Amino acid sequence: MFELYFPIAVLAVVAVVLALVLMVLSGILGPKRPDKVKLMPYESGMDPYGQARDRYSVSFYLVAVEFIVFDLEVVFLYPWAVRFLDLDAGAFWAMMVFITVLLLGLVYTLKKGTLDWDSSTAAHNRA
Amino acid sequence: MLTTYLFILLATFAVASAVATILSRHAVTSALFLVLNMVSLAGVYLLLKAQYLAVIQILVYAGAIMVLFLFVIMLLNTDKEESVLKQISLKMVVSFLLGTAVLAQLLFAVAGWTDTLPMISAAMTEVGTVEAIGDQLFTRYVLPFELTGILLTAAVIGALLIAQHHNKKGTS
Amino acid sequence: MGLLELLTPALLTSLAVIGGGAFFLLNSAALAVYAERRVAAFIQNRVGPNRVGPMGLLQPIADVLKLILKEDVVPAQGNKVVHAIAPMIPVITALMTVAVIPFGDGLVGANLNVGVLYLLAITSLGVYGVTLAGWASNSKYALLGGLRAAAQMLSYELPMGMAVASVVLLAGSLSVVEVVNAQRDLWFVFVNPIGFLIFFIAALAEANRTPFDLVEAEQELVGGYHTEYSSMKFGMFFLAEYMHVTIGSMLITTFFFGGYHLPFSSHWLPDIGNWKILLDITVFLGKTCFFAFSYIWIRWTIPRFKYDQLMRLGWSRLLPLSIVNFMVIAIVLWMMR
Repeated sequence: MFELYFPIAVLAVVAVVLALVLMVLSGILGPKRPDKVKLMPYESGMDPYGQARDRYSVSFYLVAVEFIVFDLEVVFLYPWAVRFLDLDAGAFWAMMVFITVLLLGLVYTLKKGTLDWDSSTAAHNRA
Repeated sequence: MLTTYLFILLATFAVASAVATILSRHAVTSALFLVLNMVSLAGVYLLLKAQYLAVIQILVYAGAIMVLFLFVIMLLNTDKEESVLKQISLKMVVSFLLGTAVLAQLLFAVAGWTDTLPMISAAMTEVGTVEAIGDQLFTRYVLPFELTGILLTAAVIGALLIAQHHNKKGTS
Repeated sequence: MGLLELLTPALLTSLAVIGGGAFFLLNSAALAVYAERRVAAFIQNRVGPNRVGPMGLLQPIADVLKLILKEDVVPAQGNKVVHAIAPMIPVITALMTVAVIPFGDGLVGANLNVGVLYLLAITSLGVYGVTLAGWASNSKYALLGGLRAAAQMLSYELPMGMAVASVVLLAGSLSVVEVVNAQRDLWFVFVNPIGFLIFFIAALAEANRTPFDLVEAEQELVGGYHTEYSSMKFGMFFLAEYMHVTIGSMLITTFFFGGYHLPFSSHWLPDIGNWKILLDITVFLGKTCFFAFSYIWIRWTIPRFKYDQLMRLGWSRLLPLSIVNFMVIAIVLWMMR
């Protein structure tokens, strides 16, 4: 265990240090001449209007929710994929049922068009 | 000895970042501390030789659930909290990390001195592998496993219903 | 037990392999930048960078020097700490993946029991880089670009995970070394071509490469999540993108093209003793270079998708296809048992 994870810990430390060094280096070597216009948010040359952190589409949130559900499904697949040839038929069919149930959930999602970004077809599907 | 030290270090980080999650005044900072908490916990699992659990902890909690948290926090309008946000500096981040490390060092020294260091049993080596979990999950715990599948599908449909409700009130 | 006693030869070897791997990865990013510009020039009938060093080979070094010497502009309303942390995340996660990839027989940093999942877990953390970068910049374009990139990476992580699961089915182990060894006779691309296609497409999307580089859609989002980044902070996003090209190529090689094995090598390859290590590394790097080239080739050949097309491809084509592919392989393996 230790021999396996120690090199990874070392790599993690090296990676963090490397990233920090690159970051600090440009901070030291680069010029610092900030002015008001330079520090404005860039909106293709025009003065920014409104606030930057506006509300946005609920679809992003839905993608994240659906992602969690199917990510969990994938997580369950791995122990099964490693062992299923050595287990009995019950374990095999258990996974087939599990996948089918989630596949039905996915089909329902797609039919409802919730993950459809094109608003015209999404509205059509919802009606 | 080294494992015990690492355990105390990671446990202190887990507790400290959990406290910081609650005490942070800004939601995004809270969420970032929660990510640190998840990663520390993954380290603790690793020390307990639960390799699969450790990786899953990062994959699911840090990689999926916390992303949803961040999305939701960003969905809300956080304009009022801008002033609090400005007070956070790089110094505070570094001092948090160093302070926690020193605290862990202190705890380790005190526990060693009073002879109350926790013992980590060596008997758990085989339990934490994927193979062991697969054997248990799909034989003994097959019913909870199937119920999880149904629960996940219910979650999908629930999320859809909420979003559609939102849409009806909003644009269409 | 002191620290020095823990430094066994095996541990030193794995540290050396990881060090070499990380070094190669960093340099390959520089080389990939150069290769991208030269190949783009070739495809567009131009010359490309040819002034710095022989054939312009020192161009990446000049680029890095230039980036380091530029002013680091932090938007006035943004969050300085998160703005600084965000570009470090993709670089760190990219470097971390190198630990479990076998470069040759016995040449692996850490042969983890859960190596395949480790790769997926580390990759999944890359989402924070783009999300936080977009959020910390306090700019509309950056925020929207960051969210788009994050939603895209999440959406394509699923088909990628399913494709990898179908590889695990065939290999019967989560250890990356076992996955490679299972392909000594037959590369998985011949058994599982659909899995390979899904993985390849998803890997392009994960690295935010064309045709999935929506985050850089200049017409609508300026520079996406790195609109407000300059100097080496931008350089780190740039570095991470090219490291992801190399890593994507390495993963395709490892999961589907037999890693360091030549095709059907157990049938015809004679025993060549210690030279085998050199051959392994050459074969592995050769395959990696080929896929890195195909990343570049695709970028300069295929136009960009629209965002709704991208999401539709991910959720209603690739994900169901990858699930069905997984089930079919599982059923066939079960029947052949």
